[in-house]
Amino acid sequence: MSSVFDPKVFEDVEEGHKKWEKKLDKIFSSKPERLERFSTVSDREINRIYTPEDVRDADFANDIGFPGEYPFTRGVQPSMYRGRFWTMRMFAGLGSAKDTNKRFHLLVNQGQTGLSTAFDMPTLMGYDTDSPKARGECGKCGVAIDSLKDMEDLFEGLPIDRITTSMTINPAASILWAMYIAVAEKRGIDKKIIGGTIQNDMLKEFIAQKTFMCPPVPSVRIITDTVEFGTKEVPRWNTISISGYHIREAGSTAVQELAFTLADGIAYTQEAIGRGLNVDDFAPRFSFFFNSHLDFFEEVAKFRAARRIWARVMKERFKAKDPRSWWLRFHTQTAGCSLTAQQPYNNVVRTALQALAAVMGGTQSLHTNSLDEVLAIPTEEAATIALRTQQIIAEESGVANTIDPLGGSYFVETLTNQMEEEALDIIQKIDDMGGMLAAIERNYPQQEIADSAYHYQRQIDEKEKTVVGVNKYVTDEDIPVEVLEIDEELENLQIEKINRLKNERDNKLVKESLEKIGDACAGTLNVMEPLIEAVKNYATLQEICDVYRQVYGEYRDPGIY
Amino acid sequence: MGNNRRVRVMVAKPGLDGHDRGARIIARAYRDAGFEVVYSGLHQTPEEIVEAAIQEDVDMIGLSSLAGAHKYLFPRTVELLREKSAEDIVVCGGGIIPEDDIPPLKEAGIKEIFTPGTALDDIVKWVKENVKPR
Repeated sequence: MSSVFDPKVFEDVEEGHKKWEKKLDKIFSSKPERLERFSTVSDREINRIYTPEDVRDADFANDIGFPGEYPFTRGVQPSMYRGRFWTMRMFAGLGSAKDTNKRFHLLVNQGQTGLSTAFDMPTLMGYDTDSPKARGECGKCGVAIDSLKDMEDLFEGLPIDRITTSMTINPAASILWAMYIAVAEKRGIDKKIIGGTIQNDMLKEFIAQKTFMCPPVPSVRIITDTVEFGTKEVPRWNTISISGYHIREAGSTAVQELAFTLADGIAYTQEAIGRGLNVDDFAPRFSFFFNSHLDFFEEVAKFRAARRIWARVMKERFKAKDPRSWWLRFHTQTAGCSLTAQQPYNNVVRTALQALAAVMGGTQSLHTNSLDEVLAIPTEEAATIALRTQQIIAEESGVANTIDPLGGSYFVETLTNQMEEEALDIIQKIDDMGGMLAAIERNYPQQEIADSAYHYQRQIDEKEKTVVGVNKYVTDEDIPVEVLEIDEELENLQIEKINRLKNERDNKLVKESLEKIGDACAGTLNVMEPLIEAVKNYATLQEICDVYRQVYGEYRDPGIY
Repeated sequence: MGNNRRVRVMVAKPGLDGHDRGARIIARAYRDAGFEVVYSGLHQTPEEIVEAAIQEDVDMIGLSSLAGAHKYLFPRTVELLREKSAEDIVVCGGGIIPEDDIPPLKEAGIKEIFTPGTALDDIVKWVKENVKPR
């Protein structure tokens, strides 16, 4: 133990604090405090002031320490933003592969350092554009990918040997990853050097985002296949982006986001160890993805607590020895659910504050939402403002001049400790249920999130929580914002493209390669090699997903509210 | 005469969109307001929604969409109700619906569209005023 404070300090502090509170009580006796109860967006009660008393037991060496040193409360790398800024990674995807390719070139030319792909709903759910289930959805909230042909168009002219690519895809992650590897190999690029991330986190789909296909157990089996394959064959790839983002968007509190995400990480780690992998061979390739919401200090504390919990879980629970296994590296996206359709230009300010919290929390990469994202997918102009927001934080504000600038704040350290403690309680509860898969079966995280979401909505309706432009400072004027429209004709063009492909390809080869995938799924062989072969033969996304569905069955939403 | 029974509403998620935060909050608000609530769960086709609505004998369907496919899914639901002679089931919708899309949706028979930021009590009030047991 190495307390930061000399015990003698506390006598003065306690006396001074009491005196100050008395003074305040007197002031508020004639004119009361602004609110009866001060609380965060997650409804955590906040004190009038924080003092050394709140961090009396702070153990600098064991709890706070230095960036790049266990337990990494202050950052995973020793140099953090003194070395280089976070990666400014803007999520993009719209319409056809060719349309998105154009947007990617634009972003790269503007100085963006990594690509991030949004797919349309049919692609996310494992359907081709010509499926009856896909009617009206083509290209609407991301790019439509039906086969390797589309993937080749998507990355045309982009240096995928030098830039990293993140793909937000879950049930069909193994297939999209196989397509990316196929694009690289067809260009003569070794899969050992390509870098990027697939989200590939199905547990949070059942919990929150709800793009699911097969039931939880086989879903996790396919994920474990990708972890195994990545560990051996694609060493620079992040095989799972363990995501709290969607848990928060679905309405959880900050602590629930933290706890459920780390519990998901624990479940994936257990599965991979169960497969016979050595924890230090795969854990360094796990990355995380968090939300950055509006409550500035609570968010900063959440990121700091997340790093500390994960480091301890990996070292103490899973006995990882490689420090890289202890690192919680994370991407952040600002909170889409905090944006308002009313007075939409205010969203620029909300996003800037959230981005600032992510940076103060030590994120490795960041997506800033565009002001119009609450209405449709962003226009080029709105996406540019969002990217500029990050550049202003990085290069004008000066906040990146020192590492973990809020470390040592009585308030932030207290919040960090509280959130760690509360998250550990929830993780313990999930362990007691038998782990996250068992907890999901019981609808435990789903129900907890639904309760929090409803509670928050009621607070807004009752004006206990302010949303500017929605329940306070409301104006009647209609502020017009340009909204990006996706051409309805795209669906027909995309269907024509599939029909052409199905006539041109070697259908016998396709059939054979689909059978090999089916055999792998039904048995214990890793699915990745057969997948790469099948996509190179131009099997479509849905043809492969149909094999998954046939072998494993489909998951049905339990529909709880 | 079924007029004394409580209003039965179905909250439905058409299409592949998985954003169900709003739909589930609305379902709970309807329940708290004393309506009988049927929640379809996710990933329903308009055909499945209409069939369930008729089977459950609901007075209203509330459709929720946040991923851009409302222009097809909402009118299709109304069209199917007409085909089944069940057009007296009121259809309303909510979610991420751009302003310009609202007039054509209303023309297609969607009685009201609730966009983000609408208070739960306002939606409940609208249902009480516009939906009666069939």
